Amino acid sequence: MKACWRKIVEQFEFNYPAKRKVPKKSHVGVVGSGDLEVLLEPAEGPEAAVRIRTSAEGFKTTWRAVLDRFFSQYDGAARIEINDAGATPGSVLLRLQQAVEASER
Amino acid sequence: MSDTSFSREYLQRRSFIELSARDRAKCLFDSGTERELAGSFDRIESPWLPMQDVTPQADDGCIVMRGTIKGRQAVVIAIAGAFQGGSIGEVSGAKLTAALDLACLDNEKGIPTSAVLLLETGGVRLQEANLGLAAVAEIISSIVALRQHAPVIAVIAGTVGCFGGMSMAAGVSSYVVMTREGRLGLNGPEVIEQESGVEEFDASDRTLIWSIAGGQQRYDQGLSDVLVDDDADKMAKTIQELIAKGVPAVHRSEQVDLYRSRVAALDPSRQWDPEELHSWASKKKEKNL
Repeated sequence: MKACWRKIVEQFEFNYPAKRKVPKKSHVGVVGSGDLEVLLEPAEGPEAAVRIRTSAEGFKTTWRAVLDRFFSQYDGAARIEINDAGATPGSVLLRLQQAVEASER
Repeated sequence: MSDTSFSREYLQRRSFIELSARDRAKCLFDSGTERELAGSFDRIESPWLPMQDVTPQADDGCIVMRGTIKGRQAVVIAIAGAFQGGSIGEVSGAKLTAALDLACLDNEKGIPTSAVLLLETGGVRLQEANLGLAAVAEIISSIVALRQHAPVIAVIAGTVGCFGGMSMAAGVSSYVVMTREGRLGLNGPEVIEQESGVEEFDASDRTLIWSIAGGQQRYDQGLSDVLVDDDADKMAKTIQELIAKGVPAVHRSEQVDLYRSRVAALDPSRQWDPEELHSWASKKKEKNL
């Protein structure tokens, strides 16, 4: 158990190269147990930037692996914010795909 | 439920409680008239949760939408039960209060505006303690101010239910709409069990919980005005009808003597079973005693 109240939510950022503009912003998901919310919006530069905040500690390499896989398929210049409440890698990928689908609909 | 003879209508319905909070709010408006205020991309989130190792949500679990319902101005406020049990914190509470106060101002300016609260909430967010308590007090006084001008409709549809301070907010509303899946109570089952022991109330007994605090019991007791099926179209129609009905002649919370006499007549020195409570309360409701 985390006893110290000063402990804060873990946060990290990743960047990926992008090729095309994102048509519009989208929002999917909820910060409920085992789920997450994704906020996706067009980025200004030629890059995609992802910011993650998660209450599950110590999974940075897993996040990198999931995002590497996602960005091997996706080339949008998006600013993505993820607020996570302990979603599994599978759920994360599905939510990301759902956000992309909503932004291109 | 032992009844397996589901009708085609039931099977083909569009569930209301399976929708996300945002979609629940949306489905009540005249299509295309709704717009969200202080939405996710405005990023008005709780500053207190990340300090306590809890991930915040970009809308703090409170969705505010403005638009028209059957041509009448309305604001719908939906609480996302999946985020922190739909609890009310400083930010979500401020959003709720501000939305109600803006509706009140519009009424004073001569633009009749009703409010619909989609409540999926355990009450005050414990991580935000006194700020949450203060927020609930503000919400209640804003409802009381608004309900003089236009109906304030509380909807308790999902299985999260409505408990704690927010059950009082539902109590001061003009109308309470419930489904059989919804539940309404001051203290949640876990709280009662923790405070009074498992012999008093077993929080793991779902049948017991729903038969005491569930929508059917609350409707038969007269604590809820309308019992609706879990159906988005029926819910939208119910809201339209209640808005058209306008402000009730007497609000439930103004009938202090009536409800006080009911509480006084109930003998708490022995254990009541749900069915006995049901027949006792529905007789009272029938005779308006």
